[in-house]
Amino acid sequence: MDAANTEDLPLRSSRPVNSRCLDALGATGMYVLSIACGLVLWQVVSGFTSPLFLPSVSATGAAAVELVADGTLQRSIVASAWRIAAGWALGVIVGIPLGVFVGRFSLVRRLLEPYIEFFRFIPPIAFVTLAVIWMGPGEASKIALIFYTTVFVVTINAIAGVQAVNPLRLRAAASLGAGPLKTLTTVILPSAIPYMVTGARIAMGNSFLTVVSAEIVAADEGLGSLIWTARNFSRTEWVFVGIIALGMLGFLFDRVLRVVTNKLLRHYL
Amino acid sequence: MAGSNISIDRAGLSLGGHQIFADVSLEISAGEFICLLGPSGCGKSSLLNAIAGFQQVSGRVAVAGKPVKGPGPDRGMVFQSSEVLFPWLTVQANVEYGLRLRGVAPEQCRRDAQHYLGLVGLSHAMEKYPEELSGGMRQRAQIARVLVNGPSVVLMDEPFGALDAQTREVLQRELDRIWRETGCTIVFVTHDIWEAILLADRVVTMTAGPRAGVKSIERIDLPHPRDPADPRSVALYKRLRDDIGAEVNRVLRAQGLAHDDEPAAVAGEVH
Repeated sequence: MDAANTEDLPLRSSRPVNSRCLDALGATGMYVLSIACGLVLWQVVSGFTSPLFLPSVSATGAAAVELVADGTLQRSIVASAWRIAAGWALGVIVGIPLGVFVGRFSLVRRLLEPYIEFFRFIPPIAFVTLAVIWMGPGEASKIALIFYTTVFVVTINAIAGVQAVNPLRLRAAASLGAGPLKTLTTVILPSAIPYMVTGARIAMGNSFLTVVSAEIVAADEGLGSLIWTARNFSRTEWVFVGIIALGMLGFLFDRVLRVVTNKLLRHYL
Repeated sequence: MAGSNISIDRAGLSLGGHQIFADVSLEISAGEFICLLGPSGCGKSSLLNAIAGFQQVSGRVAVAGKPVKGPGPDRGMVFQSSEVLFPWLTVQANVEYGLRLRGVAPEQCRRDAQHYLGLVGLSHAMEKYPEELSGGMRQRAQIARVLVNGPSVVLMDEPFGALDAQTREVLQRELDRIWRETGCTIVFVTHDIWEAILLADRVVTMTAGPRAGVKSIERIDLPHPRDPADPRSVALYKRLRDDIGAEVNRVLRAQGLAHDDEPAAVAGEVH
């Protein structure tokens, strides 16, 4: 049709693929360089102190090998990862519908808002003792604490998401024939997805805080308990192994979450 | 789809203690193209929202003899902002949205969407997402999404206001053609006098708020497609410009910014 060529066409990235590959390669190279510099600095500084104060890179590496050989590290990682995954997933599954209802229905909001406003300021760490008293020292108390951590962040973000829906979009849906229920499922929910994903990502980070605190207080296994037991044996290098494992696990979880959401929810973000 | 008549009888609207418009009466016949023209803040969009059912007003607003109670697919709305397209759906899925709500079979949905996307010249972009389209193409998609529901009334709130001049001209010509092909009633809000002259059967100018109302109604008996260089178009343009200029000056005087002897300079900015 005659009009198409007179209209401004949207700008698309037209850079060749191999130039983008080079960029990615350069970025990876910079990461490797940065990490290598950090390790060298750590090794040099550790030479000036005692291993109890700051164990060297090589001592930490040796400790990691030792912990892997007897299976402690793998068991700790699996135990912590499982608690985080279970508590976080439960929190997301409950938090999203809860946030949608609270954000959408003013009656529900008025009923629940005092509790949300009260509990959001109480960190999960404050509940560690209570959780152990109520649910025992087993898995349930740790998963419950991570659930608590997650559910508030996700709920609050989902509330913000449904309240931020463009009102014109709601009008458009109404004049296309959508009733309240269809508007909720076909307009409000998809519009709020970016907020929900943000909430879930923040909650993932907070879950790592919680799992370590919970495992320090009561757990036989897990990265938190590994870090804590290291104290009893004066093995500072175990603490370092635990910390590095936590950091890498967190990075991995966030990466997976990001890749999965970008793939599944590409057009919603 | 045939057009419906619209009957507005002594409609009024107050928001937060301010009387936006009052005592507006207007009879629009089936299949007519009406442009609502007026200075900003005169309540043109609010009047459109009243017909759409987004805004409750006093008095009576009826479409095809039935009082307007709320929004519905018989009165489609095209917005100025293309944000109203659902960014998570393809153009085709956006257009099919209304049909799917009514439970139309997927095969029929696809055929209808193809037909209306062809009508607005977007057949080549069905699989694209709104973010991949230019501003003009998005407005075409919005128009197709409304038309596919077979509305008897199409309400347009400055639909081309955010587009560049060239794209706007193309879409004005297209809309003129689409309107004659579909036969629906169109109520079109604009502050662009030339746009009104190019499109409308009648141009309704409104007085400046508060308590805005109908100032004058001009019937345009010029053949389509219209020529802005036609002396009758030019004469009409001057009349409408003076009408609106008088309103703008009245507002400026009320704000203490202009004097009685000043020409209607602000209205001249429109084109």
